Amino acid sequence: MLKNLDQFEVGETGLIKKVEGEGRLRRRLFDMGVTPGATVYLRKKAPLGDPLEVTIRGYELTLRKSEAQLVVLEVEDAKR
Amino acid sequence: MKRFALAGNPNSGKTTLFNSLTGSTAHVGNWPGVTVEKKDGYYKKLKEQVAIIDLPGIYSLSPYTNEEVISRNYVLDEKPDCVINIVDATNLERNLYLTTQLLEIDVPLVVAVNMMDVLEKDNKELNVDELSKTLGVPVVKVSALKEENLDELMKVAYEESLKERKGKSVLSNKNLIHLVGDLAIAFKGKKVDNPLFHAIKLAENDEIEVKDHEDLLEMVSEFKKTLNDETFGDDIEAIIADDRYNYISKNFSNVITSKSGEEVVKTVKENKSDRIDKVLTHKVFGLIIFAAIMFLVFHFTFSENFFFVGKAFEANGVAPSLEGSIYEGLFWTDAGINSPGVILFNFFDMSFSAIIDAVAGAMEGALGAGHWLTGFICDGVLSGLFAILGFLPQILVLFLFFAIMEDTGYMARVAFILDRIFRKFGLSGRAFIPMIMGFGCSVPAMINTRTLADDKERTATIRVIPFFSCGAKLPILVAIAGGIAQVFGFQNVDVITYSMYAVGIISAIVCVLLMRNTTMRGEAAPFIMELPAYHWPQFKALMIHLWDKAKHFVKKAFTIILASTIVIWFLSNFGWNWQMADIQDSILGSLGQLFQPLFTPLGFGSQLSSIGWVFTVAAVTGLIAKENVIATFITLGAVAVAALNSGALPPEIIEAIEADEEGIEATAAMIQATGITWQGCISFIAFNMLTIPCFAAVATAKAELPKGQFKWTLLFWICASYVGSAFIYSFLSMFAKETLAWAIPTTIGILALGVGAFFLTRYLLDKKANKAAI
Repeated sequence: MLKNLDQFEVGETGLIKKVEGEGRLRRRLFDMGVTPGATVYLRKKAPLGDPLEVTIRGYELTLRKSEAQLVVLEVEDAKR
Repeated sequence: MKRFALAGNPNSGKTTLFNSLTGSTAHVGNWPGVTVEKKDGYYKKLKEQVAIIDLPGIYSLSPYTNEEVISRNYVLDEKPDCVINIVDATNLERNLYLTTQLLEIDVPLVVAVNMMDVLEKDNKELNVDELSKTLGVPVVKVSALKEENLDELMKVAYEESLKERKGKSVLSNKNLIHLVGDLAIAFKGKKVDNPLFHAIKLAENDEIEVKDHEDLLEMVSEFKKTLNDETFGDDIEAIIADDRYNYISKNFSNVITSKSGEEVVKTVKENKSDRIDKVLTHKVFGLIIFAAIMFLVFHFTFSENFFFVGKAFEANGVAPSLEGSIYEGLFWTDAGINSPGVILFNFFDMSFSAIIDAVAGAMEGALGAGHWLTGFICDGVLSGLFAILGFLPQILVLFLFFAIMEDTGYMARVAFILDRIFRKFGLSGRAFIPMIMGFGCSVPAMINTRTLADDKERTATIRVIPFFSCGAKLPILVAIAGGIAQVFGFQNVDVITYSMYAVGIISAIVCVLLMRNTTMRGEAAPFIMELPAYHWPQFKALMIHLWDKAKHFVKKAFTIILASTIVIWFLSNFGWNWQMADIQDSILGSLGQLFQPLFTPLGFGSQLSSIGWVFTVAAVTGLIAKENVIATFITLGAVAVAALNSGALPPEIIEAIEADEEGIEATAAMIQATGITWQGCISFIAFNMLTIPCFAAVATAKAELPKGQFKWTLLFWICASYVGSAFIYSFLSMFAKETLAWAIPTTIGILALGVGAFFLTRYLLDKKANKAAI
């Protein structure tokens, strides 16, 4: 099932299929390791629900929902 | 001399390595982007001395923020003899992404795998030979913190610097290699250095390359037409990023093994850092804990009623034998026990006044009473110098707390927690750090804005930083609030002080909102940031940080402040005929009288008595250093009152005014002598808070602001303080019967003008934007 990262629930894991958006923003996502093929685990949401904290390529990354919306993932089995 | 540049991801330990290598004391923190400008030092243990350049941390050579531009330009244009790429062993995958780009540049490269101690503690091993063989450059294991293997690293780097290295690419997409090859040949034809690097960046549609080499763009677009990748279509940028990461995971997913021989399984299981994080960024408690921490930090630093035990203390009468001794005042006052910050402040303050008294006594003995030189040395030089040095301990205590928060990794979480709130004002959570630093001092706060990615966001943040009332503005608050309490019988001095802090914060919010909707319009910059793992603060790093701060302050005291106090002393003691004169006939006095009417709408202009110009002079001297405002009151207070009474003051009153360290007596005398209203006093505080900050902060702003923004920023400060104080003055005047009549229409008028100006600016900007679009 394909889903955008901003729609993820805490504790869900997914495999990046596509990174949308353009220009600097997209470039920045690539540079931080958010590229197709990487696994993302949604660790938590900030107290006010935004931004998100994810584990990717072995480190913690924070990004806003508006940026997470650009990342399309294939949801992995949530039971892990 | 050979130059070695340190390059690597933010928070990978570059600065720690730099400090260990050079014995230097650059500031290290656990906050991505602490090194915001390049620093250099020297390493002396090789055959010849080499210069070490610490570059700001970067994730990629595609410049996204200012610090990334600095690093990229250094490596490309300054051509260091060797680049030492520091790689965090605990986060190899993302760190090597930068390595794959550095490989493409024609420069000797050594990879230093840092934090080996952490890896070993986790019982893991790194296959250095495998890494080195695949990358084609030497790899050395180090621990910058424990200073392990550093000499070996430098030896290898030195050997490499004697050789030449041609750039090499790790890209494997066949079509792409073709394009990059063609572009590289074209770049070579243009005699551009590092052709391979430029070729790849141009193919990636890098902003800088596109601007510099428009002529070659056609090759890329031609190629794009033929490109039809299975997954990415013609998206070269995605293909390249994907290619790099594929290379890394294909070759290096097995270089780290556990010591028992089995492969390390990457897990998302909870470690200590995660457990701490669960509490500190908790859904409900996160914000509460943060507010509590901030309160404690300020309480520890500034409170004169430590932990509110004042009442209990009074009741029990602890240590009555010390009553009236020098320990009273140092450790406690009637208000309660002092916090560590205030104790340190008092200690310095008492020592300094003792020194001044001793010097004054000695000079009077030698030169006779009332000699001008005594006045010059004691009132001009020493009191000005000590005024700023006296704040050093409190500022250091405040910065110690910030340093701990930063070093442990909590600051990054603060940005995470607050981003949602800040975005409402058009800023990112990152802007919080420089703003809160502004409560200590605007100078480091403004420098710290370099971690903000967007120029408009930076400009807006730098402009409002002075509104977060700094340590040097605190005495203005204390003295005038005290004066108001004394003269107008107002009980709660605290309420005035806290409300003034609130006025500053509210002004900052209003101004940011206005700017982000008019001249500094733009979407909130993206917020994509690494959250470093928590660790214990390192004692050495903390001390280095404090030493840096102390050095900065002492330097400031002995340069700008010293010079300005001498100038002010001279101007207020000499008349236009170059003869010593009373203050009201002095150069400063006459200039003050000239400009005094300007401040009438603000409540401290022409409506005051004949010596009302001292407020004008005090505000102007505040432009050099805010400490000067109260210093001016103390110097001018006694003289001004005497002048008003047109006769000498009784010596005991002058003595009382001079002995009073906080300037409350002087301020109270001034309020009575000038006949200023309490509304005028509040407006005066607000004016000093919102206007052009001190000399040092202005110089920093000039250096940090984008080109062309400095003059507008000065204008912004003048307008903000003038309009803001006028509004506060007329608004507060609505609370007094005798001024109510004019206050209501004036307040409404100012509001209407403000709203009108806002919409007019918006309209004009829109029109301009539309024109540009057509």
